[in-house]
Amino acid sequence: MSNKLPPIEVHDLTVAYRKKPVLWDIDFDVPEGKLIAVIGPNGAGKSTLIKTIMGLIEPVSGKILVYGKPVDRERPRIAYVPQRESVDWDFPISVYELVLMGRYSHLKLFRRPGSNDRRIATEALEKVGMSDYAGRQISQLSGGQQQRVFLARALAQQADIYLMDEPLAGVDAATETTIFELLSVLRDEGKTVLVVHHDLQSVSGNFDWVMLLNLRLVAFGPREEVFTTENLQKAYGGRLNILTQVVELAKEKSFVREPGHE
Amino acid sequence: MITSTFWILLTGSLAAASCALVGSFLVLRKQSMMGDAISHAVLPGIAIAFLLTASRNTFPMLLGAGAFGLLTVYFTEFLHKRGRLMHDTSMGIVFTSLFAFGVILISLFAAQVDLDQECVLYGEIAYIPWDLWIWNGTNMGPRPVWILGFVLMLNLAFVGFFYKELKVYAFSPEYAASLGIPVGLIHYGLMGSVSFSTIASFESVGAILVVALLIVPPATAYLLTEKLKPMLLLAMAIGVLSAISGYYLALFINASIAGSIAVMTGIFFLVAYLFSPSDGVLTRRYRKAEPLAEPDEFALF
Repeated sequence: MSNKLPPIEVHDLTVAYRKKPVLWDIDFDVPEGKLIAVIGPNGAGKSTLIKTIMGLIEPVSGKILVYGKPVDRERPRIAYVPQRESVDWDFPISVYELVLMGRYSHLKLFRRPGSNDRRIATEALEKVGMSDYAGRQISQLSGGQQQRVFLARALAQQADIYLMDEPLAGVDAATETTIFELLSVLRDEGKTVLVVHHDLQSVSGNFDWVMLLNLRLVAFGPREEVFTTENLQKAYGGRLNILTQVVELAKEKSFVREPGHE
Repeated sequence: MITSTFWILLTGSLAAASCALVGSFLVLRKQSMMGDAISHAVLPGIAIAFLLTASRNTFPMLLGAGAFGLLTVYFTEFLHKRGRLMHDTSMGIVFTSLFAFGVILISLFAAQVDLDQECVLYGEIAYIPWDLWIWNGTNMGPRPVWILGFVLMLNLAFVGFFYKELKVYAFSPEYAASLGIPVGLIHYGLMGSVSFSTIASFESVGAILVVALLIVPPATAYLLTEKLKPMLLLAMAIGVLSAISGYYLALFINASIAGSIAVMTGIFFLVAYLFSPSDGVLTRRYRKAEPLAEPDEFALF
């Protein structure tokens, strides 16, 4: 798999809700095999960006390519992890059935999942440490378990690109460690992983690249170059004071989270 | 010798099973009221089919109803997206307008149309045994039984073939789209099935009570099971039970059959609401408190 096409190319992208721009003139290429944090204040357009890349939102203008092709032609290679709150957890299916859905992008219409799909789904559940819950109804899961199961579903897809919307929101410390370990395993396997993230404090130890977003693309590049006080101030603008403190504290490796999650 | 009772029970059961199967997906998709909207909005489709063919021909009726069912869905989404209106508001505007249009058509051409508002709204299942289909001089049995049987097969085929797509679409249309599932096709397919079921059932139970068959048995099944396939089967079984017990209730109290069937769906729902093994209101009260989902700390060990 030594193709030179970047996993994701975004050109001149503008997205608007009811004439109000949410993303403005965004342009970037995502490099292969990097674990990337997408950060920015609430309403910066982080979720909108990954939904637009997935083709779930129609942009006003711009072009998005996945391995050089429109996303519809590369669906099996790009996995999406939606926000946990986006689904009804009382839906009558088991944990295992939910994870098996990750295989659907490889199956043609009418085709049912086969034994190979079942094996892959089982392995994905093992990887997130949720095998014991396979037969449970999904309403019985806690917040952290829901995130693990969502992650297992994306793993079952065996994609090359993973777009994750706040997979660390509302999880306990143990789950956070597990998820970060899984993310770095994916990166080490050469996968490209884009994670919408709200916790500035945990960016440093866990991500290679950083994308700072606030309506426009503020900065995008290797963490050491991009994750700077100056860029953070640009991205968070109005909340400059809080931000300065956060950055100072983050440097001291203290325990501060961005106030107010998305 | 097949009695008229048998035909009435069979008609009611087929209508109930068809409606419950597609209604389950409406309930899970949180679009129950779309069933209500479609069941009303198909009226002009029926009226136009009657006017054009001047007969109670089945296929024009199915086509007319299907077309107006899908138009309802399309207009509702159009108003919601382009008209900046809330989804339920758009639906309220669209289906009432279409229904009113149907009422006007019927009242204007009442002389030509063998169709009155009473029948459309309330249905008359008791006359089914005399609505016979004569084919090549042979008595094939009541016509509605054939139509309902055909629609039930159609629904079973739709759900059978697209089971995996329907499942992920009902769970999360957005995620389904991200997998490359043709969400639009599934959505309109489901709404088409709802339209067909509604039109096929309306003669028996009426346009209003068909909503009870679409929504209440699936809601009852939803309370009783935590798996999708059992929910579909249970919804159909509860629908059929309601139809049969409703018929005898109607005989017993000498009341409308359609009304009694709807009442029975409500009674089954109430029983499930109170005594469901997992979520019943009374079950929970008289059982020791169960621990909730286990805290995360223990998940790893």
